[in-house]
Amino acid sequence: MSGPVVAFRNVSKTFNGSKAVRNISFEIQPGEFFSILGPSGCGKTTTLRLLAGFESPDDDGGEVRILDKVVNHARPYERNISMVFQNYALFPHLSVEQNVAFGLERRGVAKAEVASRVKAALEGVRLAPETFGKRAPSALSGGQRQRVALARALVLQPPILLLDEPLGALDLKLRKEMQYELKQLNRRLGITFVYVTHDQEEALTMSDRIAVMDNARVAQLGSPAEIYERPRTAFVARFIGESNFLSGTVVGFEGGQLRVRRDDGTEFRAAATEERTDGGKVHVALRPERLRFVPPGHDADGNALPGKIKAVVYRGEMLHVRATLADGTDMTAAMSNEGQLRLPVSWKEGDPCLAAFAAEDVRILEAEAS
Amino acid sequence: MTGWMVPWFRWSARKPGARAWSLMGPGLLFLLVFFLGPLAFMLGYSFMPRGIYGGVKPGFTFEAYKTFFQPLYLGVLWRTVVYSVVCTVACLGLGYPVAYVISRAGQWKNMLMFLVILPFWTSFLVRTFAMMFLMRDTGLINTALIGMGLIDEPIAMYPTSFAVMLGLIYGFLPFMILPIYTSLEKLDHSLLEAAEVLGAKPWERFTKVVLPLSMPGVVAGSLLVFIPALGSYLTSDLLGGSKYDMIGNIIARQFGAGNNWPFGSAASFAMMGLVLIAVLAYLRTRDDAAMGNA
Amino acid sequence: MAGRTPRWLLAIAGAVYVFLHAPLLVLVAFSFNSSKYGASWEGFTLEWYGRLLERADIMAALKVSLIVGLGSTAISTLMGTMLALGLARHRFSGRTFVESLLYVPIVTPEIVCGISLLILFAWMKLQLGISTIIIAHVAFNISYVTIVVRARLEGMDKNLEEAAMILGANEFVAFWKVTVPQLWPGIISGALLAFTMSFDDFVITSLVSGPGSSTLPIVVYTMVRKNIEPSINAISTIILVVTSVMIYAADRLERRDAPQGAR
Repeated sequence: MSGPVVAFRNVSKTFNGSKAVRNISFEIQPGEFFSILGPSGCGKTTTLRLLAGFESPDDDGGEVRILDKVVNHARPYERNISMVFQNYALFPHLSVEQNVAFGLERRGVAKAEVASRVKAALEGVRLAPETFGKRAPSALSGGQRQRVALARALVLQPPILLLDEPLGALDLKLRKEMQYELKQLNRRLGITFVYVTHDQEEALTMSDRIAVMDNARVAQLGSPAEIYERPRTAFVARFIGESNFLSGTVVGFEGGQLRVRRDDGTEFRAAATEERTDGGKVHVALRPERLRFVPPGHDADGNALPGKIKAVVYRGEMLHVRATLADGTDMTAAMSNEGQLRLPVSWKEGDPCLAAFAAEDVRILEAEAS
Repeated sequence: MTGWMVPWFRWSARKPGARAWSLMGPGLLFLLVFFLGPLAFMLGYSFMPRGIYGGVKPGFTFEAYKTFFQPLYLGVLWRTVVYSVVCTVACLGLGYPVAYVISRAGQWKNMLMFLVILPFWTSFLVRTFAMMFLMRDTGLINTALIGMGLIDEPIAMYPTSFAVMLGLIYGFLPFMILPIYTSLEKLDHSLLEAAEVLGAKPWERFTKVVLPLSMPGVVAGSLLVFIPALGSYLTSDLLGGSKYDMIGNIIARQFGAGNNWPFGSAASFAMMGLVLIAVLAYLRTRDDAAMGNA
Repeated sequence: MAGRTPRWLLAIAGAVYVFLHAPLLVLVAFSFNSSKYGASWEGFTLEWYGRLLERADIMAALKVSLIVGLGSTAISTLMGTMLALGLARHRFSGRTFVESLLYVPIVTPEIVCGISLLILFAWMKLQLGISTIIIAHVAFNISYVTIVVRARLEGMDKNLEEAAMILGANEFVAFWKVTVPQLWPGIISGALLAFTMSFDDFVITSLVSGPGSSTLPIVVYTMVRKNIEPSINAISTIILVVTSVMIYAADRLERRDAPQGAR
């Protein structure tokens, strides 16, 4: 099959007069691991529910397509999808086997085939059918319930699997394990995964592409590297990873770089693809790992803004050095830990310094839609 | 049998309002016709002249209400309120300790709760009879007192106002225990530990932490006792007598020997008025409490 | 836990339990006492139970009580369950009205409920009898069934029907295969409570029953009024046992396999 498996075309959804989803569009390719990432209330759950068929778009609210068919008003059981719920939604009155068999029975699959497919599905998520098959969901641990929910969804061999924050209730170690396992399943089975999460690290780890949602809109759509390294808006820069923010007025454009004058009169350069008119306001973001602090007088070979060291924060594999610029702006630089017991960083609170960074590492941000 | 249900479910899936109303329709209709309807009828009857053999004659009059606001019946009204207040206070005094003990009873909780729920649901008539059986002249109490030589003649324990109040307390005590237990059960025990760490003595922990947090249960329980006590009929009928009438007895008599339906209706509305006042007072305190917590 | 429960509190609680249960235990014990009068124990007998069987009025009343109990329970359970389903799961305007309406039967004194129905039936020229008793019992039972079933529904995971639909069940199958099996304990315990209240009720029933439609409590009342005799203890014991079994079953159902909520 060619073409996208899922397509949203200008989809809007209103609840009691407020837009939960505002004119969003994206396409998901076959076999893709596609994540919808955002804080709570951003519209990601509504987007998933529109795809699952629990909600319909507004009457003039665009199109939801699955496998090239418009499904705006199709009921969930008329769509070729499966889903893992946030709280697993295992049927408490049915055993593990009966839970997994539920969907097959609805499809009228023959009894013998149901039994063998249930067995295979449980083995596929590494739950021994002999041990767990007859148990009630309430007799399982969180991780085991998660696997049953996954088996119940995958046994139907759907072309599309929706996952609504499925790892939220697990502890950190189990979560890491399951992240890896989900990614493996996605690759091995060739099923398209649509994964909703508020955990940016989870999305970066597993996804082929991520749609970052903010305020009922898609703020940015792209691969994990694009999202992290080229955040388009301040929201994306802040929500995914950490960022330093600077702003100022454009005072020139030379050699593919904007010259920006900050309010306190200091200047820096930022790589830009297009020229901007002088006098325009710009906001930029800079990742902490792209920033260094150097002693005053040191040849910074690029941008250098004067400031004073505020704190050195020990974070294990990294150190965060924080400084305050002359106008009060805080900047954080991340540096790899070279061993503080052997070779401590010499910065102390109050030391004068220069914040040094390359023009190429500065991201010019777009204004956010309100 | 389910032929029409599948399309109905599908049709109503996107129309929550239509689904809700069609599910609730039969029950609501029943309540409108056989609960609210009759109450409205009763209101109408209370303004009509009485019929000779029960019922009413067409017309409009305040006669029934004039009858009710005579010293005789106002006295009954007053007695009803007094009995109900005494009953409520006594139930609170007896019920709170019980609810408190149950809420801290650990593994015994369920069993102790069941022993409160059981009388809550068992026949009020049978329970009232049980009180009569104990208190009658040849009952266990009198026999025991005579046997111990404390009295020579059996004490006539009923009909007395004491018997009526005791019967009311016996009847409604579970109504007080259940809501208080519910609010005590929700109480977070770490709050008590926090209070202890902050230096509160046992009594202060109770008055400053437990009691305020269980107030919703106390208020709800008081309402649940006060309202049926106001409306009670059987207790004063069996353990009292005409000297200890409550409004319920006056009302019932108008539909039996008294044959004055308008008056009975008017007295019913006087009773409903008292109930309404109690409910409004309850809602008021509950809203105040909600505001206080916010 | 901060401190132990003080002794004096335990003493009060113990006394209250005695107060609540001793009169009933005495009542039951004396239904087996061969002494007809007085409070002395003169030996075990089943005579008083035997006498009940000989009395046609009691047997007739038992039959009426059972018909009324079963009939009113069936109707009020169906209507109450539907009301609970409508109330618990859907967004709609008018919810406050419905909820207030449900509380009217709970706060209305029995005597008022009874005579207002009597007035209605008189106006409708309805012959008082089994059917009017059933109507009255349904009227005061619906709210209780609704509350019990709704409590169960609210403890249920709202995603379960959605999960069923994603797995291929249509709305009806999702309701029937997922919601109903979990709702059963709530429905049954609501029905048990409705039956108990119907079986126990005296005040309302006495107002809306007609000649030949006396229920058990009405006969008991007449007997109590006439003369206290051990047969009343026997019949009371039977009523107590029936309702206790019902309440115990309802209590167990409400506790056992409570649905695992959405945490």
